[in-house]
Amino acid sequence: MFDALADKLQGVLGGLRKSGRLDEETIGKAMREIRLALLEADVNFKVVKEFVESVRERALGQDVLKSLTPGQQVVKIVHEELAALMGQGDSRLAFGRPPTVILMVGLQGSGKTTASAKLALRLRKEGKNPALVPVDLARPAAIEQLEQLGKQIQIPVYRSELRDPVAVAREGLERARAEGIDVLIVDTAGRLHVDEALMAELVAIRDATKPMNILLVLDAMTGQEAVTVAEAFQQQVAFDGVILTKLDGDARGGAALSVKAVTGKPIKFASVGEKLDQLEVFHPERMSSRILGMGDVLSLIEKAEEAIEADDAVEMEKRMRSGEFTFDDFLQSYRMLRRMGPLKGVLGMIPGLGKQMEGLDVDEKQMARVEAIILSMTPKERRTPHLINGSRRLRIARGSGVSVQEVNKLLTARKEMQKMMKHLGKGKMPALSPQALGRAGRR
Amino acid sequence: MTLGWAELLGDAAAPEPEESRRGLFRRLRGGLSRSRTALAERIAAIRFDPDDDETWQELEEALILGDVGVQAAGELVQRLGRRRSIDDLGTALAEEVAGLFGPPPRLDLAHKPAVILVVGVNGTGKTTTIGKLASRLTASGRSVLVGAGDTFRAAAEEQLEVWAKRAGADFVGSNKGQDPAAVAFDAIEAGIARGHDVVIIDTAGRLHTQTNLMEELIKVRRVIERRLPGAPHETLLVLDATTGQNGLQQAKIFSQAVQVTGVVLTKLDGTAKGGIVIPIAYDLGLPVKLIGVGETLDDLRPFDAADFGRALVGGDPGEDTAAD
Ligand SMILES: Nc1nc2c(ncn2[C@@H]2O[C@H](COP(=O)(O)OP(=O)(O)OP(=O)(O)O)[C@@H](O)[C@H]2O)c(=O)[nH]1
Ligand SMILES: Nc1nc2c(ncn2[C@@H]2O[C@H](COP(=O)(O)OP(=O)(O)OP(=O)(O)O)[C@@H](O)[C@H]2O)c(=O)[nH]1
Ligand SMILES: [Mg+2]
Ligand SMILES: [Mg+2]
Repeated sequence: MFDALADKLQGVLGGLRKSGRLDEETIGKAMREIRLALLEADVNFKVVKEFVESVRERALGQDVLKSLTPGQQVVKIVHEELAALMGQGDSRLAFGRPPTVILMVGLQGSGKTTASAKLALRLRKEGKNPALVPVDLARPAAIEQLEQLGKQIQIPVYRSELRDPVAVAREGLERARAEGIDVLIVDTAGRLHVDEALMAELVAIRDATKPMNILLVLDAMTGQEAVTVAEAFQQQVAFDGVILTKLDGDARGGAALSVKAVTGKPIKFASVGEKLDQLEVFHPERMSSRILGMGDVLSLIEKAEEAIEADDAVEMEKRMRSGEFTFDDFLQSYRMLRRMGPLKGVLGMIPGLGKQMEGLDVDEKQMARVEAIILSMTPKERRTPHLINGSRRLRIARGSGVSVQEVNKLLTARKEMQKMMKHLGKGKMPALSPQALGRAGRR
Repeated sequence: MTLGWAELLGDAAAPEPEESRRGLFRRLRGGLSRSRTALAERIAAIRFDPDDDETWQELEEALILGDVGVQAAGELVQRLGRRRSIDDLGTALAEEVAGLFGPPPRLDLAHKPAVILVVGVNGTGKTTTIGKLASRLTASGRSVLVGAGDTFRAAAEEQLEVWAKRAGADFVGSNKGQDPAAVAFDAIEAGIARGHDVVIIDTAGRLHTQTNLMEELIKVRRVIERRLPGAPHETLLVLDATTGQNGLQQAKIFSQAVQVTGVVLTKLDGTAKGGIVIPIAYDLGLPVKLIGVGETLDDLRPFDAADFGRALVGGDPGEDTAAD
């Protein structure tokens, strides 16, 4: 069925009339297919509706990349928006005065106990000293389960003789404090979001342990009800993030998008197996591809983008050789640098290059400032920087929310770059170019 | 009439206590007394006009919200469209839903011992279902043995042992990491030697995409069959009602691997109503045999298509509520 759907998608998305801009009709046609794909992926029906609406607005009037059909362009936009939406929020855990408490909550069988042990292992690898406390007194052998897992990874499990989950949690916290533990992970019993008594119990456990992190453990195979479940847990215990489990299967995992959309809470980890080291940080990009399930279209898009980047690089080199270096070039090289980020380590290992890679740490904030300044220039100013006089500088500074000095610095940086480009054109090595780029925009 | 245990087990009908039957409906509808399911709400909100395309669209959307899936939703809408007149949308839809399921299910227990193999993805409720089923079977006068074929998950054996005790069933344990096929073999040997009526074998949860684990399961089945030709007499796939479209894939692949004879739909006491069993029953022809409606010994029921249809659309629960 999925294959049939994918075929259909390729047909419609490929067949759309070629045109330079996305118009209402093109977007509408593509969106119908995308809607279907999202529904097949178990994204909640209402979330699909809202998402499709907002992307439709964003897509209208956008340019279509060369070598993509308009339909593929829409998929590209959807893919980016999905990743952006799911990537929002801080995926790190919060830590406070030790012991930091992490409370694991969720429906029955979602993977809380397993994830508790996985998290403990992960935290210990990060240099923490964690402990586990099982407060699931309901499920047969739930405590033994956590104890056995704890033993496998040699992390203390605080078993208690008490018969009340709240008391067990409180006792666990006291023990953690006494034993100098810095993170206490509380594994609770699975419960239905409509079970008033058990939800009240969860609130009591929360109030007794004051967790810095409440994590909703959610099965990636969950269907339309993910929204109802997440909203209920959100309302009653206000969780901070999500662990998505069983992602090692072939579930498309639309629940991830649903939960993010209705609660706004970040997905912090992905659980990808039963073994205790199979817990990963969440990759919104990958999840976006998975939910869309349009592998072929997406790889097409990727190829098109690579081609464009290659074109860009060739174009840039040509311009550099001619000794020209406008603010458009500046912006483009900046962006190329950013994409290069993960490559830095590898490049640094190449003899001779290592030194030049130093100072290449273009941090995101700085990046954003430089971008803001350049984007506040008119296209003409970007092309012909010598136009930028005093009053223009003032306007640009205001427009980008920085000081005139910073605008000045950037103007100087560009001039330096242009000089270097001229040397490059004459065949000299621009020794400082990456550093110069890296410095620009630093306060 | 809701399908009773006697019919499911193929026993002479003992009168079912009215109390438990009424309790069933309440549970099946879960939190419905307080809040209706999202699907039920949508259906109730539709002002049905068969000549208006929009209402058909709304109906289809409502069904998608119940995890029925785009295709099965389309099929249901088409079937409704072919009806001459529709008095009450909820009732009509519930009937169509019920009509997609085959005849009332039966558990094949006419063997000594009858062997039931229980399979499914992780955390759906296999072990718990075995506990409940064993209890129901011992209550029906059968002697039952359960075998701890999950030799992988931490404390899986201990968990099943607790359930066996609760259910009054005999128990064959296992060692961590032992070959599950060997455990199944031991369980059947013991079942025969001790003269039990039913042997139920638990297995570790596994995703249908894990080929090596599916191979392992195929081997378990083969060993059972070799030890007792004709067995396993039932191979039950346990499916979580909150599962979305992936459920269809699970059913397909488990069926291909170990010839599933029926589905157990668990966790119906939540707000999810398990609409995915509709394409499973209709496209794959797999009967749903049992439903799980909670975490205690008594929370297992025979599957009744009409009740399921009514619970799904949240329409008039019929005779059962009348008695409430
Ligand atoms: N394949 C796979 N299985 C998982 C994953 N996480 C957990 N499991 C399995 O899912 C099943 C349920 O996991 P548990 O950790 O017991 O779930 P739980 O939420 O603690 O369950 P309750 O306490 O009963 O509510 C077990 O078989 C786990 O091994 C995962 O990421 N992938
Ligand atoms: N609310 C509710 N919970 C259920 C139901 N059936 C099982 N559970 C719960 O779901 C969780 C998982 O059940 P198990 O029986 O351990 O599931 P399993 O399929 O054996 O799990 P693995 O062996 O780890 O794959 C437990 O917390 C059960 O109590 C049900 O019908 N309703
Ligand atoms: Mg648990
Ligand atoms: Mg089990």
